[in-house]
Amino acid sequence: MDSGNTAWVLAAAALVAFMTPGLAFFYGGMVRAKHVLGMLMQNFFALGIISVVWAVVGFSLAFGGTNKWVGSFDFAFLKDLTGEGAGVPGLTLTIPLIAFLAYQMMFGVITPALVSGATADRLKFAAYAVFIAVWSVLVYSTVAHWVFSPQGWLFKRGALDFAGGAVVHINAGAAALALVLLLGKRRGWPSEAMPPHSLPLTLLGTGILWFGWFGFNAGSALAADGLAAQAFLNTHLAAAAAMLGWLAIEKLMAGHATTLGAASGAVAGLVAITPCAGFVGGMAPIYIGLAAGVVCYLALKIKFWVGFDDSLDVVAVHLVGGLLGSILLGLFADAGVNAAGRDGVFLGGGWDLFGDQVVACVAVLVFSFGASWIIGKVIDLTIGLRVTDEDEVIGLDQSQHAENAYNRLEV
Amino acid sequence: MKLVTAIVKPHKLDDVKDALKGVGVQGVTVTEARGFGRQGGHTETYRGAEYKIDLVPKARMDVVVEDSQVDQIIDVIAEAARTGKIGDGKVWVTPVERIIRIRTGEQGADAVCPRAKSAAERR
Repeated sequence: MDSGNTAWVLAAAALVAFMTPGLAFFYGGMVRAKHVLGMLMQNFFALGIISVVWAVVGFSLAFGGTNKWVGSFDFAFLKDLTGEGAGVPGLTLTIPLIAFLAYQMMFGVITPALVSGATADRLKFAAYAVFIAVWSVLVYSTVAHWVFSPQGWLFKRGALDFAGGAVVHINAGAAALALVLLLGKRRGWPSEAMPPHSLPLTLLGTGILWFGWFGFNAGSALAADGLAAQAFLNTHLAAAAAMLGWLAIEKLMAGHATTLGAASGAVAGLVAITPCAGFVGGMAPIYIGLAAGVVCYLALKIKFWVGFDDSLDVVAVHLVGGLLGSILLGLFADAGVNAAGRDGVFLGGGWDLFGDQVVACVAVLVFSFGASWIIGKVIDLTIGLRVTDEDEVIGLDQSQHAENAYNRLEV
Repeated sequence: MKLVTAIVKPHKLDDVKDALKGVGVQGVTVTEARGFGRQGGHTETYRGAEYKIDLVPKARMDVVVEDSQVDQIIDVIAEAARTGKIGDGKVWVTPVERIIRIRTGEQGADAVCPRAKSAAERR
């Protein structure tokens, strides 16, 4: 047990917990004023429901047992987490197991919350609540087991994912795509303008996300050491470079460098560096960030070509950003940075890692999309996914929560 | 009594207000308004998607004045609000049937006139 490592991981867990409110504001500013509480609530609610689900069964299904496909119920109801011999099979920890559980819990919370941006303004709250709880157990824990648990088949294969490019971003992005296809478009999209109601809120949320992401990535070293410092630096540089990349192409293609572009670019860079943070060094995070800013900006067009209403671009930023980062890791990975990693193409490691990264991306994408589609379909047939037309028109704030965000005449 | 309503560019609001004060107007009500006219709207771009914004922000000013003041007030507003560019706005006049100052119950010219003071104020 190492007190320095424990201190850092506990602090990092708090940083990651803070990202979910950050995400709430990042998204909340982008929706129209009548839906902002609906959006904030969906994110805050994840802190409630997923934390409890994680303690009851989620952590156990992600990190328990030695099966390579699914976890076990060994840690269900917080069993056997302390005392002699407590531990995750195959994982050497220098921190208490409950600190690891708490840290991983915050990842479990934010991942399904990411979906809420795609389904904005029309997903029924009850349907959302059931979806994220079931999805967390069936999809998140399973994918976390495959990739993060030393027993998982993708981990054993050698696929690398430092902090959740596949587990968090590809996973949530694919789920978002499935739900959007089931849910249909917002009324009036894309002919009606649906401009963000408060970009200042979005930029505030971006700042909180950026800040919290140091815990997300540097905390994933699970130690207060040189690797954590490398991940910290990589995280920041990728966000910075991605902001520049996004703004440059936005200025070229749309005429102006926008505040929403700066925010979106930074988040795209943070997404793309997530799988790479503890496996790359030198200038690699800057190249990965620049690529993420440009590629995610171009990916915004996909929804207009295909005609699905991914309202706040979860596919373009999280799915595409997660895929890009995971695959670029096959090029930039440097075993000199992290002995647990492997060398990518540019470091002379050949195409083996690249191939494993592609396998991991495809596996997570296909599984998450399929399972999310089935869960969403069952909910649609029972509870119903979508609010009524009337409820959509008056807004989620009033129709789902009987509240108003901005009561301007009440003084 | 007449109600003079003006739609002006928001950045000219202070100029118009000061000009009205300068000629002794005792009160004006301002509302944030949006509308379209020959000025046309503008485009906003969010994540590369362009939106045409047809309704542009304007300030709406309502002031009730005595009949004899109407022509002067219109001139003052028009002069203070004018930039010479398209979109400077409009001023129009509508008749007012009755007007009452809520606090004192004074009616007609007394309700908008600077000379009208309540009994309490006169003491």
